[in-house]
Amino acid sequence: MDITVNGRFLSVAADPETPLLYVLRNDAGCKGVRFGCGTGHCGTCMVIIDGKAVQSCDVPVSAVAGKSIQTVEGIGTLEQPHPLQRAFVEEQAAQCGYCITGIIMSAKALLDANKNPSDDDLKEALSKNLCRCGTHQRIVRAIKRAAVEMRKL
Amino acid sequence: MAENTARRKLPGSLETNRKLSQWLDINADGTVNMRPGKIEIGQGILTALRQIVAEELDVNLNRVKVVTAVTAMSPNEGVTSGSRSIEESGSAFRYAAAEARELLLARAGAKLGATLEQLSVSDGVVCARGGASVTYWELTDASLLDREATGEARPKPPAQHKIVGTAAPRVDIPRKVAGLPVYVQDHEPSGMLHGRVSRPPSYSAELIGVKLDDVRAMPGVVAVVRDGRFLGVVAEREEQAIRAARRLAREAKWSEKPTLPEMNPRYLLDWPEKTEVISEKKGAAASAGREFSGEYTRQFLAHASIAPSCATAQYDDGKYTVWTHSQGIYPLRGELAPALQVPPEDIVVRHVEGAGCYGQNAADDVALDAALLARAAPGRAVRVQWMREDEFAWEPYSSAMVVKTRATLSDDGRISAWHLDVWSHGHSSRPGRADDGTNLLAALHLEKPLKRAPAANPPLPGGGSHRNAIPIYEFPNQRVTNHLVPDPPLRVSSLRGLGSQTNVFAIESFMDELAVAADVDPIEFRLRHLVDSRARAVVEKVATMANWKPKQQLAGNLGRGIGFARYKNLAGYMAIIAEVELAETLRVLRVWSAVDVGQTINPDGLINQMEGGIIQAVSFVLREEVKYDRERVTVRGWDDYPILSFAEVPQVVVGLINRPELPAVGAGEGQQGPVAAAVGNALFNASGVRLRDMPFTRERLLAAMAA
Repeated sequence: MDITVNGRFLSVAADPETPLLYVLRNDAGCKGVRFGCGTGHCGTCMVIIDGKAVQSCDVPVSAVAGKSIQTVEGIGTLEQPHPLQRAFVEEQAAQCGYCITGIIMSAKALLDANKNPSDDDLKEALSKNLCRCGTHQRIVRAIKRAAVEMRKL
Repeated sequence: MAENTARRKLPGSLETNRKLSQWLDINADGTVNMRPGKIEIGQGILTALRQIVAEELDVNLNRVKVVTAVTAMSPNEGVTSGSRSIEESGSAFRYAAAEARELLLARAGAKLGATLEQLSVSDGVVCARGGASVTYWELTDASLLDREATGEARPKPPAQHKIVGTAAPRVDIPRKVAGLPVYVQDHEPSGMLHGRVSRPPSYSAELIGVKLDDVRAMPGVVAVVRDGRFLGVVAEREEQAIRAARRLAREAKWSEKPTLPEMNPRYLLDWPEKTEVISEKKGAAASAGREFSGEYTRQFLAHASIAPSCATAQYDDGKYTVWTHSQGIYPLRGELAPALQVPPEDIVVRHVEGAGCYGQNAADDVALDAALLARAAPGRAVRVQWMREDEFAWEPYSSAMVVKTRATLSDDGRISAWHLDVWSHGHSSRPGRADDGTNLLAALHLEKPLKRAPAANPPLPGGGSHRNAIPIYEFPNQRVTNHLVPDPPLRVSSLRGLGSQTNVFAIESFMDELAVAADVDPIEFRLRHLVDSRARAVVEKVATMANWKPKQQLAGNLGRGIGFARYKNLAGYMAIIAEVELAETLRVLRVWSAVDVGQTINPDGLINQMEGGIIQAVSFVLREEVKYDRERVTVRGWDDYPILSFAEVPQVVVGLINRPELPAVGAGEGQQGPVAAAVGNALFNASGVRLRDMPFTRERLLAAMAA
């Protein structure tokens, strides 16, 4: 089966029913996509597929053949972070950080579609993401900061 | 002459790990290695410890590298828990680094022909008054720190601090937001296999039979393990391991018994207990007054880490390597050894960071799972991550609790007598805490099971079930009794705050009820019974922050309440005001908090910990309870154990009282009880409804409002 991850073509020897999550982590090496529940309830495995935020634990790999999949590794790096990643560092918007990459992907899908989101838009965009450490208000601040930066681009 | 062999008592964990080279290396390449035995769990501790080392050595923060904890190399600092890392590891590093600096200065003085007073240090460059200089990196060699600490080096006075007390950014966050493989869940040695365990359906389930052949024949399956009630698989690919484990679960036939009590914490009142009076004061004969009483409960709580627990293990020639997010690598090794039937020296336990755990979750359990499965696939690493349903069904929970209070309110509006009784199971099942036996889950399920250790209850003054059961207020007559119920129906261990959440909820709810009875504002009523000036200061500060007005009644369905405690009665002071709205549901809109944890090492790290502790504590009190029937824990996923969402979290404001002259204590815990009480008191202020059973679910609210 052939998929495209962060612009890179990948041929995968997995059963078609395999959740995309395991293919991304174990075949594509995208460890920033994380297992949290396997049932689409927590958002730690969020990726962007054709512009939409999608929980990769909930999608069989067969359903994404031919589609463009973006993971957190595809939006920026340690050396050249995406404005969202930079804003999360500037706001120190993480405690354990396990949920953060999924949240960044939800936020990116939002900001790509809506450059000036309201607080309600933000809450709606994050309604699939859980954070157990209680970092919510810093996370929201970081996304707002990134939105300002991205409008300048 | 006989040498004086009495050893000097050294600060913090230096006492038990006395060699300077266990803690620090000064490297010729211009870097410093520090080796904490404590571990990062999202609390920012490594950043704070680096600040301490850089401060005492007079080097820039970016020179200091952290070496992650591993058995046989790192100092044995026991467990990272109880908000003790700043005290134990922080003190050790402070004195070790101060002594390292003195040793370096002695060498520099000899080299430059200068006295100590003539030397100054800036980022590792030692300058003599005349201008000659030499660097730490030229002065260092292997012998420098190869000696026992004396504890005599004097750390800097706080007034000279340039790095400690600043909001140094966390070292780990850039890598985390970039999605780099930083967690044990991401660790992948080459050739790694995937393992999964098929747990019994309930604690009491006995295995009647299981067919293994069909599972063995499934695609990618490398091994199927059955040892007593322990069933597991190893496969080439992760999804293959998951499918095989699910199939294995379907192939297994179990018999179950109804061994669990009714889902009401009051079962504790009827179970066998050990009773101990932990505080008794008999002052002047109680004056005439009115008697009041209360009864407060909470259900079992789950840690509910966002990441199911995970470990990787490899078995080669009779020896094991285990990568784990356990909070205590040495104690874990000590309990893995008998379960694997090898001496501890044949196991290397390496810490790799995990997600936030907030206490002992299944981190230790999954380490044994991984080792048992690795034994079935020698020479290749085996990674095991628990499935979400296993984490909810099998993690060690925080004990259900019941607290009863009784007080006499004298006619002058003061409490003249106070009684408090607390019923609970123990609050720790960590490896190394019991004298005999273990609580590692798989060890109890093997064909030849190890003996189950009783749940331990950390002793006072910190306490476990009785943590914060003794009020900080001054009452002339007082009796506090701990009723420890030794045999829990569900697995139990430590969760952030231990028993303090319920004890403070009870004390602070009851204080509010008594304030109402005395017709006194709740803050004034507390101050009336508080002598400790630091306690008074946080209460007064939070009142100012929230612009609290005595006996204020807010418009609409809004209400405000206060909760206060000094964590463990010996650590941080925290006062909380919550503002709630009672509409369709009970919502917490805003929380103000004032905190005094002595010297602040990193103010932004402290605020981050406070915000997180507060939001999680709101989730505890509004939502959280482990559901079970007479046979099984019935929580399987987030639908069964909802936590606060982005749309529901309150706005949190944190006010710091920094006391640079006082020792720094931890801030990771202590919010739980004051927040629970503040929310309950705010609900009463908004509606006249008093809830004494946690969590404050919609059903409970409706029932209380109808009553």
